[in-house]
Amino acid sequence: MSFFTFSDPPVLPEAEALRAEVRAFLAEELKNVPAHVGAASWSGFDAGFSRKMGARGWIGMTWPKQYGGHERTSLERYVVLEEMLAAGAPVAAHWIADRQSGPLLLRFGTEEQRRAILPKIAAGELYCCIGMSEPDVGSDLAAVRTRAEPVADGFRINGTKLWTTNGHRAHYMLLFCRTSTDSADRHGGTSQFLVDLKRPGISIRPIADLTGNRHFNEVVFEDVIVPASALVGKLGNGWQQVVSELAYERSGPERFLSSFVLLKELVRVLGAEPSDHATIAVGRLVAHLVVLRQLSRGVAWLLQNGRNPALEAAIVKDLGALVEQEIPDIVRAVVEIEPDAERTRELARTLNYTVLAAPSFSLRGGTREILRGIIARGLGLR
Amino acid sequence: MIDQETSDDTAALLHDSAHRLFASLDERDVVAVEQGHWPNETWGKVADAGFPLAFVGEAAGGFGIAAAQAMTVLRVAAFHAAPVPLAETMLANRLLTEAGFPAATGPATIASTVPGRVVLERRGSGFRLRGHAAGVSWGRHADIIVLLAAAGERLSVVRLRRSVVEIEPHASLANLPADRVAVNSDIPDDDVRPAPAQWTQDTLRAAGAAVRTAEMAGALARVLELTVTYANERVQFGKPIGRQQAIQQQLAVLAGQVAACGGAADIAARAFARLDEVAIAAAKVRAGEAASIAAPIAHQVHGAIGFTEEHRLRLFTRRLWAWRDEFGSERSWSRVLGRQAMAAGAERLWPFIVSVGAGQGA
Repeated sequence: MSFFTFSDPPVLPEAEALRAEVRAFLAEELKNVPAHVGAASWSGFDAGFSRKMGARGWIGMTWPKQYGGHERTSLERYVVLEEMLAAGAPVAAHWIADRQSGPLLLRFGTEEQRRAILPKIAAGELYCCIGMSEPDVGSDLAAVRTRAEPVADGFRINGTKLWTTNGHRAHYMLLFCRTSTDSADRHGGTSQFLVDLKRPGISIRPIADLTGNRHFNEVVFEDVIVPASALVGKLGNGWQQVVSELAYERSGPERFLSSFVLLKELVRVLGAEPSDHATIAVGRLVAHLVVLRQLSRGVAWLLQNGRNPALEAAIVKDLGALVEQEIPDIVRAVVEIEPDAERTRELARTLNYTVLAAPSFSLRGGTREILRGIIARGLGLR
Repeated sequence: MIDQETSDDTAALLHDSAHRLFASLDERDVVAVEQGHWPNETWGKVADAGFPLAFVGEAAGGFGIAAAQAMTVLRVAAFHAAPVPLAETMLANRLLTEAGFPAATGPATIASTVPGRVVLERRGSGFRLRGHAAGVSWGRHADIIVLLAAAGERLSVVRLRRSVVEIEPHASLANLPADRVAVNSDIPDDDVRPAPAQWTQDTLRAAGAAVRTAEMAGALARVLELTVTYANERVQFGKPIGRQQAIQQQLAVLAGQVAACGGAADIAARAFARLDEVAIAAAKVRAGEAASIAAPIAHQVHGAIGFTEEHRLRLFTRRLWAWRDEFGSERSWSRVLGRQAMAAGAERLWPFIVSVGAGQGA
């Protein structure tokens, strides 16, 4: 009896050949990027970098060629993702569109939407944000209040989205909102829309997070009119669609590599004669990362084979966040160093950033408690 | 892809036949073994199924399947707390047959020692072997104990017959035989062969760590099943305790550790054939930590009943607590892995991690 299935993913020669190519690209592109900047990685927004990746065919890698994709395997895509993150590359601009908005449109979008949007995403030119959370709606996503009501030739949208990552820099939002007035139908009364953020009536206000970065936003919709063609998938099918989107959001290497640049700086500072204590601490973290990678690649392989690994993805994200959040404290335990953004030592600056960023690791993409609820459901407990 | 499917089929067949066998074994045997009995009938069934030869090539009478597939048998055996020295005999037979000996016809085990603890000397047409090994699993019941010993520069595989050793019985944390084996005897030439290139004291310990990792994955899977079942049955405050969110969150943590240990076992299984110490180190570290987190949760959810000798939970948790230390603890293997990572250095740290995961070694 087994509650979950993690495949044992193969090592594909074509993926390993690609790895060498990606490493050479990164060595050149990132040669002047200091560690404390690289530590932000998939929060680091650089449109120029995204366009270069698009030109190399590293966005939309698994999508059909007719939509600008490259029809490569999910394990090849995985190689690009993990190499980018481990190197601390600034991949935020295209990250969400590549990871979930594109796949969502491929699966549920209209032909018109696919043709208009996907090739530009794959080129690294068009960026998306996710319109899920609201001021009173976080984990309880089915309680969204933003509403789209039918009008002549389309829908009128009113409401507020919150914590919208890169809303101020994205071109489109994948909006999840209510389309039924029947309040008893929490799940069935929701839909998704592809919203051009330049439409009149949308105001976007950046919100600084505790690290001082401004990557998330409040997005207010006031009588925003979108055409009927903006509907993604079927009216009333929003919940099923958004749940399938979340499996893409939860299993990738970004769920366990958020503190990797800090670990790398630790190894650099420990140098040639680390203490036994430090050697053991580093060895233990390496063991965790090796196994997380095994599980996460296993999920990618399940996706490749058309499975829906929502439970396995939740497990990877829960385990990964624990390790990501532990790394700053392990650094403090083995090196006498104070986190300091002003210091010239890269370890102090990177530690400073990672300590401050760490609380978000178990909030974004589904809180730890929500993930564990999903796992408990997978165990048949709820 | 055909190869992949064929090996998946082999694994599935092996898994099913192992499940059928081990699920049918008499659980009273498990307790009898703790009291010092040898479960002759049970061992006979396991031997009849050919499992002791699962790591052995076809030419030597084995299944001729990949070692990674054969590990499945150990996961299943541990899922049922099979009271037999299967891992030990499989491993002993692997080493024996790779060295050119025939596989053992009965139960066998290995003695993992530090270099120098056991000394082999030429004596006439044979050898003299002196020294001791501690914590030899199932030593008292093994017909053959296999170990590595150096005669000068040359490392040899020694096939020790029980008649030439002195056994001082000890019990492991799991209450299973973990005996001290002392020897000061003449060994015939026929029982000593040169060690094949990849076998050293270190890789023998790694091979032991790999089989323990597989067993821990099997035992942890059972711990999860037992604990979820109990949480669904035990009613307090008018509902099954599994309906309480606090319990659900703990069981989710337990499940995560079971998944991690399963991933570790997959890595160890792949690394076993090459005796890839670094990959096995990562696997054993993670499996040990999984056991350390998971077993207390299982006991917490089971409450007092799980703390009794009578309850079967302890068969699994005690084995997990023993196995996490056998053939190297988390601390010991973390040091091995940490040294390699530090030697790789900051700029090569990520490539190092990828190479370990890919099973390509350091």
